[in-house]
Amino acid sequence: MEKFSGKIWVLGDDIDTDIIIPTEYLALKTVKDMAPYAFSPLRPELAAQIQEGDIIVAGKNFGCGSSREQAPEIIKTLGIKCVIAKSFARIFFRNSINNGLLLIENDKLRDVVNEGDEITVTINESIEHNGSQYPITSLPQNLVDIINAGGLVKAMRKLNGLD
Amino acid sequence: MGMTIAEKIIAAAAGAESVKPGDIHTVELDRLMSNDGTTHLTIDMYHQLKNPHIADVNKLVWIVDHNVPCDSVKTAASHKKMRDFAKENGIKFYEGAGVCHQVMIENHVTSGELIFGADSHTCAYGALGAFGTGVGCTDYLYAMVTGHSWLLVPETLKFNLTGKLKEGVYARDLILSIIGMIGANGANYMAMEFSGEGLKTLNMSDRIAICNLCVEAGAKTALMEVDEITLDYLKAHGREPKYSFKSDEDAHFAKVYDIDLSTIKPIVAKPHFVDSVVDAKECVGTHIDEAFLGSCNNGRLEDLRVGAELIKGRKVHPLVRFLVVPASAEVYKQALSEGLIDTFMEAGAIVMNPNCSVCWGSCQGVIGENEVLISTGTRNFKGRAGHKDSFVYLASAATVTASAIKGEIATADMLE
Amino acid sequence: MGSTIIEKIVRNNVGRDVKPGEIVTVNVDRVMIHDIFIPFVASKFEEMGFTKIWDPDKAVLIYDHLVPASQVDDTRHFRIGNEFVEKYGMKNIHRSDGICHQLMTEAGYVKPGDVVFGTDSHTTTYGCVGAFSSGIGYTEMASILGTGTLWIRVPETIKVEITGNLPANVMAKDIILKLIGDLGADGATYKALEFTGDTVEKMSVASRMSMSNMAIEAGAKCALFTPDEKTAEYCEIELTDKERDLVGDADAEYCRVLHYQAEDFVPVMACPSNVDNVKPVAELAGKEIDQVFIGSCTNGRLEDLMAAAEVLKGKHVAPYVKLIVTPASRKIYRQAVENGTMAILAEAGAIITHPSCGLCCGRTGGILTDGETVVATNNRNFLGRMGTSKVGIYLASPKSAAACAAAGKIVVP
Repeated sequence: MEKFSGKIWVLGDDIDTDIIIPTEYLALKTVKDMAPYAFSPLRPELAAQIQEGDIIVAGKNFGCGSSREQAPEIIKTLGIKCVIAKSFARIFFRNSINNGLLLIENDKLRDVVNEGDEITVTINESIEHNGSQYPITSLPQNLVDIINAGGLVKAMRKLNGLD
Repeated sequence: MGMTIAEKIIAAAAGAESVKPGDIHTVELDRLMSNDGTTHLTIDMYHQLKNPHIADVNKLVWIVDHNVPCDSVKTAASHKKMRDFAKENGIKFYEGAGVCHQVMIENHVTSGELIFGADSHTCAYGALGAFGTGVGCTDYLYAMVTGHSWLLVPETLKFNLTGKLKEGVYARDLILSIIGMIGANGANYMAMEFSGEGLKTLNMSDRIAICNLCVEAGAKTALMEVDEITLDYLKAHGREPKYSFKSDEDAHFAKVYDIDLSTIKPIVAKPHFVDSVVDAKECVGTHIDEAFLGSCNNGRLEDLRVGAELIKGRKVHPLVRFLVVPASAEVYKQALSEGLIDTFMEAGAIVMNPNCSVCWGSCQGVIGENEVLISTGTRNFKGRAGHKDSFVYLASAATVTASAIKGEIATADMLE
Repeated sequence: MGSTIIEKIVRNNVGRDVKPGEIVTVNVDRVMIHDIFIPFVASKFEEMGFTKIWDPDKAVLIYDHLVPASQVDDTRHFRIGNEFVEKYGMKNIHRSDGICHQLMTEAGYVKPGDVVFGTDSHTTTYGCVGAFSSGIGYTEMASILGTGTLWIRVPETIKVEITGNLPANVMAKDIILKLIGDLGADGATYKALEFTGDTVEKMSVASRMSMSNMAIEAGAKCALFTPDEKTAEYCEIELTDKERDLVGDADAEYCRVLHYQAEDFVPVMACPSNVDNVKPVAELAGKEIDQVFIGSCTNGRLEDLMAAAEVLKGKHVAPYVKLIVTPASRKIYRQAVENGTMAILAEAGAIITHPSCGLCCGRTGGILTDGETVVATNNRNFLGRMGTSKVGIYLASPKSAAACAAAGKIVVP
């Protein structure tokens, strides 16, 4: 199983899509242009601090709010390897899968970690933090198929005989 | 030696028997208008003064009109600063009531007054025979604190109007023609005075449109003779004239222009200068993306009537965004009761709340890269309505509406 | 074993019985794309290698978030949208007619039993006429445009039964806010809401729309009302037996059932900065406000404007307070002109804008700054939604909002 480690950024409950990327910046031309404004209503300095391979650990209902797909795309663009939350809002969940951003549900981790801690994720198995293991449930097959294809765009390209 | 209207108003405000062009006088101001374009800067400077105070709060009128409703956190902060200061100091304050000059004319200005406005189009007040002139916020602050200011007495250009505008030709075409004739600096530092029999054929809305645009020829102020039309307007709005000046027979004018109104044709000012005027027919067929009917220049009831009459039973071209923005809440209410608003809505126009809108170009209906706007607004400078690489044509309400219907620049007589 | 409304809609769509948790592929009846996302939909669609839309008449493009344009690059979205429509032969496009969700139902694009997806989270709105509608991202929209299908997980259903008569100062908005407060912002995540009871049967389609619109704020995938005569009249159709049958069976299985007595409702507001932070207006009374916003796909309909006008008739907005009214559609604007509502609102000092998303989406339309407070009839009060993160947004019914505008502070209507 794929395994990776990363430094974590800790966020609270109900991190909504307006926090992830305010509407004001949605008409910027590319997701890359928008990325510096990620999380700006809550933590304006955060986007600049995040480094490639970092992990976000949050509370419940992460990504609630609008259907803006820029939200997961921006998180991915910032270099976040995966988001671990107590729960995810459904549109955000679908959008993340379709863009190949890994989401992991776990209701215990958030309450024991501190920002800056390092954790290790073994996909479809568990998360390790300070020697403790937190099991992860695996995704349904149709979602695994999309992720394995490299996201929905690639899956559709395959369907259309392009790749 | 006689005096012009401008000289008489300055003399009265300076307490001098007579004044002549080139003199500098200290004048008492009747009113001080400021809007959200610059008031926040005035307030910042005010707080740096050693002994900040207001000479006469009753002279101040503050109007939020440029970005209404507020379009960004930056303007929200400057509006709040203005609102809080007005509230704290008891300054007459309007927000959302319309474009400042229209609100001033409807509610405050009277003949013979000397008014500073922290906005270049303050010269519009000349329609009521008042000396209105635009100032920067430093001049404004000085006047606000002391109640007076200094003024260089301007030379006056006289426009002697005869005849009558033809059907389908508007005051807007007249003033654009005049600006084209004398050039964008043709009246620099000067007063432009309008009189003659032809003036009697122009209603108050026409007169405001003419005076309002005089700054585009560089004029310090614009003035019209007070007549029955002026007095009727003032009376209807519950005001008395302060003075009803006319120029003396032997007054000195830097130049006198005789203009036969019947010779004026529909005009378009091409990008990017107001004096770049041509016969509207020369622009026919030019692609447009947006059309704007509104502003302190051409957003009054009379202008909306012209547009509504043309568009009734017709539709806005599907690829054109046609913004209709009444100049004030009063205009909106009247247009509502006359059915004009519904006519525009039925035709597919975008009807916005009274404000400066795309004439100011910072928020509502801004145009994008390489886009073309035809507008009844005041200016067509490069980038004025949005993207730095965009184009603005100025024309009358009739030409703008006809163009919105056709999807390209067209004159009203081209509509089937 | 009976079925819930969503189970019936999905069954009718896929042609076999389904149960919650099952993953099925549905045939899509209609899709809605709005201006903010059209550039992304267009580029993903082409990147996926599609060369035609599966059924161009089933796709609707609506410009609403960026009307009128407030930033210089906004009109790029219109240009890309216009090109896309032209290139792929779409006919259903609205460039300045109002908010997408209002137009989808008002212009007859959605019928009971339809399966509809939109690139906006408040697509749940169409449940007001008994359609299964839900928000998706632009990548999925691009794939639907190519294939006409989408996979979904059949949701469990939470039944919400409301009986009795509402107090005069309570609107449908107060009910949905109270429900979201009770459920929590994630209380219905992945689930369908189903509204029943004589209270909702008596409601207008417009009121039902306010409720289905906000279901997403409890995380719901969709929110459904049984189509009835009011629905038929609103949609200008005769209901078929299949449509009449879109009712939750007595023996259907619900994951949760909530019952409310209408008489118990009081005017409420969602306090900063979460929609589920709901309190009775009476507890908030006296708080000074700077602005009121009446509009949005939640509460910008004729009955909402009329309710506000009734409160404001003969009154004036309090000094230094702004009341911004943004009707939900061109049709509503014209109806409000016709019946005198606009004149009353204008006389009261309202700033009446063209129909669009306006302040609700926070790009223009009345942005606020630090320390300011706004009472608004829209659907979200998230941090920074209407300006800086130090703006307090209170979500309320149009009646409550209008009363606050006149008083200059929070008051019970």
